[in-house]
Amino acid sequence: MEDFLITTAKVLFIFGLNMGVFAPLLTWVERKQSALMQDRIGANRADILGFSMIGLFHPIADAIKMLAKEDFIPEGANKIMHTLSPIICVVPALLTFAVIPFGGEYVIGGKHIKLVIADLDVGLIFIFAISSLATYGTVIAGWSSNNNWSLLGSLRASAQMISYEVAMGFTLVGVFMVYGSLQLTQIGAAQESFFRWGIFLQPLGFFMFLACAIAENKRAPFDVAEGESEIIAGYFLEYSGLKFGMFYMAEFLEIVTISAMVTTLFFGAWHIPFISSALILSMLSFLNETLANIILMLIHISVFWVKVIFFIWFQMTIRWTLPRFRYDQIMKLGWKILLPLSLANILVTGIVILILQ
Amino acid sequence: MELLIFFIFGGVAVLAAFLMIISWNPVAAVLNMILVMFCLAGLFVLLNAHFIAAIQILVYAGAIMVLFMFIIMLLNLRGNEPIWKSRDKNVLLSFLGFLLAVGAFIKLFSTLKASGLNQGTQIGEDFGTTALVGKILFTDYLLPFEIASILLLVAIIGAVMLAKTKID
Amino acid sequence: MEMIQTPEINLSAICHILTLCVTGLLILVLDLFINDQKLLPFKIDKKLLPYVALGGVILAGISSMNDFGPAVYAFNNTIAADNFAAFFNVIFCIGTALTIMISINYMEQEDLNHSEYYALLLFATAGMMLMALAASLITVFLGLELMSISLYILAGFNRAKVESTESALKYFLLGAFATGFLLYGMALIYGATGSTNLKEIAAAIKGDTLNSATLLYLGTGLMVIGLGFKVASVPFHMWTPDVYEGAPTAITAFMSVGPKAAGFAAFFRVFLVGLGGITDHWVSLIWVIAALTMTVGNLTALAQTNIKRMLAYSSISHAGYVLVALVAANEIGSTAVLYYMLAYAFMNIGAFTVVIVLGKKGEENLNLEDYSGLASRHPLLGFTMAVFMFSLAGIPPLAGFFGKFYIFSAAIKAGYVGLAVIGLLNSVVAVFYYLRITVLIYIKDPVREFPPLSISPFTLAALVIAVIGTIQLGIFPSWILEIAQSSSLF
Repeated sequence: MEDFLITTAKVLFIFGLNMGVFAPLLTWVERKQSALMQDRIGANRADILGFSMIGLFHPIADAIKMLAKEDFIPEGANKIMHTLSPIICVVPALLTFAVIPFGGEYVIGGKHIKLVIADLDVGLIFIFAISSLATYGTVIAGWSSNNNWSLLGSLRASAQMISYEVAMGFTLVGVFMVYGSLQLTQIGAAQESFFRWGIFLQPLGFFMFLACAIAENKRAPFDVAEGESEIIAGYFLEYSGLKFGMFYMAEFLEIVTISAMVTTLFFGAWHIPFISSALILSMLSFLNETLANIILMLIHISVFWVKVIFFIWFQMTIRWTLPRFRYDQIMKLGWKILLPLSLANILVTGIVILILQ
Repeated sequence: MELLIFFIFGGVAVLAAFLMIISWNPVAAVLNMILVMFCLAGLFVLLNAHFIAAIQILVYAGAIMVLFMFIIMLLNLRGNEPIWKSRDKNVLLSFLGFLLAVGAFIKLFSTLKASGLNQGTQIGEDFGTTALVGKILFTDYLLPFEIASILLLVAIIGAVMLAKTKID
Repeated sequence: MEMIQTPEINLSAICHILTLCVTGLLILVLDLFINDQKLLPFKIDKKLLPYVALGGVILAGISSMNDFGPAVYAFNNTIAADNFAAFFNVIFCIGTALTIMISINYMEQEDLNHSEYYALLLFATAGMMLMALAASLITVFLGLELMSISLYILAGFNRAKVESTESALKYFLLGAFATGFLLYGMALIYGATGSTNLKEIAAAIKGDTLNSATLLYLGTGLMVIGLGFKVASVPFHMWTPDVYEGAPTAITAFMSVGPKAAGFAAFFRVFLVGLGGITDHWVSLIWVIAALTMTVGNLTALAQTNIKRMLAYSSISHAGYVLVALVAANEIGSTAVLYYMLAYAFMNIGAFTVVIVLGKKGEENLNLEDYSGLASRHPLLGFTMAVFMFSLAGIPPLAGFFGKFYIFSAAIKAGYVGLAVIGLLNSVVAVFYYLRITVLIYIKDPVREFPPLSISPFTLAALVIAVIGTIQLGIFPSWILEIAQSSSLF
């Protein structure tokens, strides 16, 4: 029963944070970020009684707008598939968080608590497996809309996602090799010391993973699948109202997931540079064990999310900095540059591990 | 509990497989097949083979079926018309085939039930983990594992050879 | 992190497979530099690659000959490098070498001279060797797939020709289906015995530690279907004529020899070593298949007017003769099969070589009528074709005769007189259609102009080797029979 409650609490925490905080807030962040970079003011019109709160009411206005809009299904579209696809997009984005740890292991009231919903042995492979399903959302959306632009968009999307999934998998093989585990909690725990962070052990892996992950999420500069200026909005052209919002939500949730993965794999997960958990605990030794552990846990959780927020900002910046690639350039980058490089990365990692033994 | 989950996964798998076969719409068929893959993965989890389950979803549901969808979209099969034609006047043959299938199934079921396969096998603590699967692949099945890579290479060459518009 | 203790890696046991794979990869890589000569210190020509392939096959053949001697079990008993495997490997190497030799000119003539062709031939041969070496069901399966996938591609290599594409598609779809049966059979056998290793399967059957005998029988039946398809036995032969007809002729020659021999190697190894304990359960099934295969193959061959289709049906009937040896399941049978497959390699590739020599691009002259009066224009070529036809028909003193003789005597010795009689009757039927070609060649007047022949030296060499092999094996069979005897599974 206690275990059940703890797990429920973890699920609620992640779910609430993602759906309640990140998903709505990121629409605002995206607007603000773009305004900032384009030297505009932006997102300041929505106000309540004259208070615009630097545009923070926009997410609420957005939500009301989406709920109130007509849910339009085009003629000749497959109704079931049309409704199903936004759901297929959102669910994988949320599910992947099940194996991402947002903190270490703590002893609270004599109980060992791991801050991860499901500590699977197959960890990362689970993430790949689930996120590979997200492709169906886009593919079915484009197919079921009965619109040529949508179909073009989903063709582009599926080809791109399949291509980059391969490279993304390979970029992380180096990480498995270095830490000797697929379990994200173990990978996180192994980065206790600053110089064991993934970014130092797998620098190439980090950059390639980030590129692949952004391409998987189909955000600029890899957003040919939407390509407003070419194919209007691609696969979700024929969507309106809440379903349209769900596609956006899926995209933002995926940004959070990517940031969380980058943090866990390459940036020391919940660890603070040069300050080990033991050090914090010894500083807190005047408190009893449970209380000290709770404080440590809170520190770690906030450190983790601060890192995540940094990478969210980083992705936003990339989004508004780089122009869209041409389609053949994307394919060339995926198959001819990233894939061979990631294989070379595996080879070099293997050789180095062999030498160091 | 475990039995209940087994029947849910197993039942859905059989149902989805059936729907896959009878559906006219190619996309619906593919989606049902994905569902079958999912249920299979679920059954693998019940058998403690977590790694295989994850790979099942990753490879089959996540990669191969996406290619199916891709092809369907490329050919732009809208599902308005049947993608294959059923032959005429084969009622008797299909009936006989159905009888044969049912008979074979009943026979199979009864012999399997009588063969006493229902006692469980003892498995180790780390059964089905990534580490153990990897270990077996690189010790007991080292040669087959390496041969598989040549096999895949040949398949890649074949795809390129047969599909490329101009070979130079 | 716990370190994995890798098992002993005995590379010398798979030396020939490695040679083939490395040569195949080398060809693929060298091909990349043909268009970009600057990157290499030496110049290479596209015409050179077939010779590289030929060199690889000859090396592999030499290393296979080295394998004769005490059996070596390697890679955790997944392969067994014994005399049986070595003998088959030599057959594969001879088949592939002859195929490459006749391909060099043929592929250029058909505008199909791509280096992938030779790489795929080598990979297919590696797969066949793996099947012969297999001591585990997994290795059998992987070898079979490696061979089959290469063959699917090779069958469809002439993409400009609809028949070639059709043959590849047909072969692929049916082959994939048959592989499904085979794999399911293997899974059931694994479920029944708890092992994929042939020796352990045999031990489980002998020690009566089966989980379920029913599963074992089901699995055995499914494996008969899967392997029966690969060796083109009736009723799993439907693909053979179409695939043989559509594929490039050099590939047809290859397909009718190597993969068939490999299929039999796996068939014999699995059924005699692994499932030898339940012979009573499968022998009647194979008996029926063997009788059907011989009869249907020969009777249908009578009605063919296209030489490739005729040879396809003839190859089906030859599969039937070999299955008779499996039914016999004794030392003579096992010896006879080794001898027969070697003889068959020479005579069948030889016959296809003649077909290739007489064809031109776009005009392959595949009708039987086209052979009328060949002897009056090209007496030597007519004579070689007659030699191959006589040998295939089983007329002494050629190689085909002794092969059939030993197979039927094995069946009689094992007590299957009925099957031997069916086989003999079939041989009589077979004589008719083989002799018909000889009659056409020698007695009829030409119905068309025979252009002057332009045989490239390698094709000529292949033809000469095939003729010498066919005659030599027939006249002096004893030394090869001795080797075959020491290589039998018993």
